[in-house]
Amino acid sequence: MVYIPHTDEERRQMLATIGVERIEELFTDIPEKFRYPDLDLPEPVAELEVLQELQGLAEFNLNANAVPTFLGAGAYRHWVPAVVDAIISRGEFYTAYTPYQPEISQGTLQAIFEYQSLICDLTGMEVANASHYDGATATAEAVVQALNVFRLKRKKVVLAPTVHPLYRAVIHTYTQGMGLEIVGEEDASVSLDDLIAMVDEQTACLILQNPNFLGQLESLAGVADQVHARGKGTLLGVAVNPLSLALFTPPGALGADIVMGEGQPLGLGLNFGGPYLGFYATRTQYVHQMAGRLVGETTDVEGRRAFVLTLTAREQHIRRARATSNICTNQGLMVLAATVYLSALGKQGLRQIAELNYHKAHYAAARIAELEGYEVGTARPFFNEFVVRCPAPVAEVNEHLLDEHEIIGGYDLSQDYPAMENAMLVAVTEMNSRAEIDEFVEALAEFEAEE
Amino acid sequence: MGEPLIYELSVPGRAGAKPPRLDVPESDLPAELLRDALPLPEVSEVDVVRHFLRLSQLNYAIDKGFYPLGSCTMKYNPKINEVTARIPGLAGLHPLQDVSTVQGALYVIYQVQEYLKAIGGFAGVTVQPAAGAHGEMTGVLIMRKYHLDRGDTRRDTILVPDSAHGTNPASTSMSGLKVVEIPSDPRGNVDLEALKRQCGPHVVGLMLTNPNTLGMFEEHLEEVIDLIHGCGGLVYGDGANMNALIGVMRPGDVGFDVMHFNLHKTFSTPHGGGGPGAGAVGVSERLVDFLPGPLVILDPESTEDDPYFIFETPPKSIGPVKAFWGHFAMLVRAYTYMRMLGGEGMKRVAEHAVLNANYLRVLVRDVYPIPYDRLCKHEFVAEGHLPDAPDVRALDIAKRLIDYGVHPPTNYFPLIVKEALMIEPTETESKQEVDNFARILLQIAEEARTQPELLHEAPHHSPVRRLDEVKAAKQLVVRYSHS
Repeated sequence: MVYIPHTDEERRQMLATIGVERIEELFTDIPEKFRYPDLDLPEPVAELEVLQELQGLAEFNLNANAVPTFLGAGAYRHWVPAVVDAIISRGEFYTAYTPYQPEISQGTLQAIFEYQSLICDLTGMEVANASHYDGATATAEAVVQALNVFRLKRKKVVLAPTVHPLYRAVIHTYTQGMGLEIVGEEDASVSLDDLIAMVDEQTACLILQNPNFLGQLESLAGVADQVHARGKGTLLGVAVNPLSLALFTPPGALGADIVMGEGQPLGLGLNFGGPYLGFYATRTQYVHQMAGRLVGETTDVEGRRAFVLTLTAREQHIRRARATSNICTNQGLMVLAATVYLSALGKQGLRQIAELNYHKAHYAAARIAELEGYEVGTARPFFNEFVVRCPAPVAEVNEHLLDEHEIIGGYDLSQDYPAMENAMLVAVTEMNSRAEIDEFVEALAEFEAEE
Repeated sequence: MGEPLIYELSVPGRAGAKPPRLDVPESDLPAELLRDALPLPEVSEVDVVRHFLRLSQLNYAIDKGFYPLGSCTMKYNPKINEVTARIPGLAGLHPLQDVSTVQGALYVIYQVQEYLKAIGGFAGVTVQPAAGAHGEMTGVLIMRKYHLDRGDTRRDTILVPDSAHGTNPASTSMSGLKVVEIPSDPRGNVDLEALKRQCGPHVVGLMLTNPNTLGMFEEHLEEVIDLIHGCGGLVYGDGANMNALIGVMRPGDVGFDVMHFNLHKTFSTPHGGGGPGAGAVGVSERLVDFLPGPLVILDPESTEDDPYFIFETPPKSIGPVKAFWGHFAMLVRAYTYMRMLGGEGMKRVAEHAVLNANYLRVLVRDVYPIPYDRLCKHEFVAEGHLPDAPDVRALDIAKRLIDYGVHPPTNYFPLIVKEALMIEPTETESKQEVDNFARILLQIAEEARTQPELLHEAPHHSPVRRLDEVKAAKQLVVRYSHS
């Protein structure tokens, strides 16, 4: 039997030791009428057969890495250096579990410590956890942290409409039993100043995204001070694209209290949406309200530097109902992937990748702006994503791109913002060559001409 | 000197992986928004490879040896899973591509939903939750919304046995509900009298782990479920221990209304040093409309023989619990495993997981006290506290196991057993591995009597020895300091 090593003889010996004759006797504590149901499942197949089956299924998909793709909206096609998969494929890493026994888990623990350091450096923050499930749940946990900072006495949350629609939806899911008042997101045209004006002394936090969901990069200078002052301590949480922080001033340097987001751009493949990585960083003063795993430096009995899970009294396995969060299993291996990615690219490489994204996106936007019938709807500067107003519904434009050119077009914003008819969110990364961008622009022009 | 930090290997000006060249004109960068220094390490690719490879060698892992971490189901992670999950036409898909371009992927999600429905006896399954605790919160929110939807607004309490995983009460309070703890009886079951006293019109439901965290099947399962249903509550199953039951019993048949599956426990997806997991949730008919969305369904216009799959969000959904469609790459792994097992193989998994656990229990029970010593399921809990070695604790035994090259069991959980050692061998371990572990445990018991200091100071042969955990918490150093 596959993955079960017992021989018939061994099974007999073991059953005899236990004092039963048949293996079924080990299940007599299950009410008989429920025992051994007829499972409606297909017959087992061999390794080669399941491989062939899945390879066959893959043929029914269009691999976004194999065609020009301009789709982002929270998940991005990036180059992942070969070294990332080489490291995360090591059985010593991927077949271990949570490092509860630090003496034999220093590999995982030190890698997490390095990850925490890298995320702090990127975001300009003081302490980072490891980790949340994705950018959406990290953002929801930022709201929960802010509520906990005020001991659940403040029930209002100001949420920018330009935070990723799925992140906002997940915030609503997470907090549906908490009796919150969530304001700010109803009107997509609301300004940053308007949002700040909604902050009052009952407000636990203001949540922004930068660059926002529409690609717009905003200056957050002074925002944190205004939020803290208006709300007498209201927290500012900012969701960010971590790759953009290789170029732009991180929210941590501008006084934000929580910086979080989707870590997928840091060396994780698209994988049809997961597993990704929710990264999360805050100020040391809030470390006891922060959720998730945290690794600290210490020494062993011989005085050697070593690493260990610390401040675990915040966590569910110690504090149970009073824990900061219920999170247990997290995104451990994705943390490692991001750590390897950031190490491999390093100070120069990460900035170069960010610049490639910036220049290619601005090149694409400039070319699209020249087209008849199209208009770029995001003011400069942006990072690697911007809005294009199309001459027809985005679904029609994308159908043309796909059917006639095998190009995966951008995201249809009217799904989330009904007022944004015909608006496409276009993402351009280092993966898009100039030739791909030109082909995309020509295909858009052709669509307009055929209209 | 241990392995340096990646920052300590940094040399100014050194570069690692080389990005592609710029093939478009440069645009002006907005000077007022640019950051100051980006203080990341500067290392070469070979530095990176050697650093992380050396770190990997400081880890213990299933691929190295026996890993009986109770409640975590550290079974072997088949290598084929890693191959199928990396098939380019599956791994390279963007989550927001048009559904017409991802039909193969939707088929996999649909099949995982269908398999889990069949295995659990449920009417609906979501694969969106990212981990077990995430599935718990999903389930609790579903139960809450079910009552509210019926206009039953008085219910605010979840009952949780004292043997439950810590995530159960944490998931409950995160959902805005109250927790009331139910004690265990002398045989390790839920105390029925105590449960009766807590049942009432305020109860949202009960969260029940079965087999429970003592590794034992709840002997009054039907009465417990009837009591909860009788007061209008729902029964949540913590499926963390499903490895004991797959193919042998369907929780849905018994009356569980909701249950999460841990694909990283029962269905062999790797634990990754702490994740990613996958925490699919199954529900009974009356809760299907509340599942988080979207689900993958068969387009009503198509047929099973010529299927076309679409996304659909249930009408009264609690909302999405994360972005996109779940941990797809983990679903591919779990699907690979389920295809290779089939229904018969799943039954064999549960049988041999239970065989190994009972065999090991019998081998050590004369030496290690087992407070609830009856037929166990996939794991059992012993006391790491020996009558004739009074100053040796579970921690000492756990640390001494490291010296013998095996991973310690879960210790100090469940909380209702003094000095608990929670041992789960899993079905993928051979008789020789289990015999060897039993021999080591008995030898350590002997050492505990004759040379207790050997245990107090253990481990002796690990990359580092016992750590100063108080110092870690007091002098909080949680990042590299550039100064």
